[in-house]
Amino acid sequence: MITAERKPLEELIEFVRPFKRILLVGCNECVTVCSAGGRKEVGLLASGLKMALLQSGNTIEIREHTLERQCDPEYIDELLPMIDGVDAVMSMACGCGVQEVARRYKNMPVFPAVNTKFMGASERPGVWAERCQGCGNCLLGVTGGICPIARCSKRLMNGPCGGSVTGKCEISQDVDCAWQLIWDRLKELGLEDQYLKIIPAKDWRTAGGGGPRKIIREDLTA
Amino acid sequence: MENFEPVIVAFCCHYCAYTAADMAGSQRLTYPANIKIIRVPCSGKVDAIHIIKAFEKGADGVYVAGCLDGDCHFKNGNNRASRRVEYVQKYLDEIGIGGERLEMVKMSAGMGYLFAKIASEMTEKIRKLGPSPVRPLTVQASQPTAS
Repeated sequence: MITAERKPLEELIEFVRPFKRILLVGCNECVTVCSAGGRKEVGLLASGLKMALLQSGNTIEIREHTLERQCDPEYIDELLPMIDGVDAVMSMACGCGVQEVARRYKNMPVFPAVNTKFMGASERPGVWAERCQGCGNCLLGVTGGICPIARCSKRLMNGPCGGSVTGKCEISQDVDCAWQLIWDRLKELGLEDQYLKIIPAKDWRTAGGGGPRKIIREDLTA
Repeated sequence: MENFEPVIVAFCCHYCAYTAADMAGSQRLTYPANIKIIRVPCSGKVDAIHIIKAFEKGADGVYVAGCLDGDCHFKNGNNRASRRVEYVQKYLDEIGIGGERLEMVKMSAGMGYLFAKIASEMTEKIRKLGPSPVRPLTVQASQPTAS
């Protein structure tokens, strides 16, 4: 999922301070799962903003709504009856959702309420860790299902480096050495030969080095 | 300020604090009437949104009362509640209400005296802190304006 974290309240207060009525929009997808911008977080933020602003004598009306998905135009159309009469929109979705709302409602100021972090997985309740950087040319088939791009601090194609000590990365004892994990897993699978094959230098154009990326499925386009 | 009577919401676990409150009553122990008890099936059921809404609706203080360590009927709901309370305390600091207005307490069903003691201590603590900085304003804001 795409992970996110709420921005500091102070920053959000400054966004909304000039306005009298705002629409706070959550998203029912990734940000709900990582407890950053779902229905519950929309309620928490709306209450927090109202109470924080009240202390400086400002009242604000906050309309709350959570969309099924904020990165698809069909769902964003749902906001139309609610957006009428508000001065600004604050989105609790990832950056994709914020931009889609801004694209659909051109005359409306739109602010992000969360910092979008990374594509990650839930390691245990309350802990999310980066797993994929969307490089556009997946290597997992030759690295034992462990991504050296997302999980090696140096994004090494052939590791480990000299900074790997007792399975940990030199940047922190809390970070596993991705190449140690890869080696351990390949050994477990009896695929040690795989490790000896040199992975050539990566073409980073598919990872965004060639400019903003787009997928076009001709069979699905309208 | 002298006559300030705080409104305190206590989310009490059915298996411990709520029964302890009952016990306090049976033992004829007195505790301040400022405490408004909300019975919950487990302190772990109390969510951040419940606590924040309590403050938004005019509470001056809130506490969550769960079972003693290791005694939770649902294994670890009380510990979850403790962590959640810590999280909300930080959020209350951000809002400007102050995390010290929220507390997590633990007791067993038989500790009627402790329930009464905590109720008194919490009332005194909040009385000293004064009204919630958003209470007079929330009351004001909810009143219809004259037209």
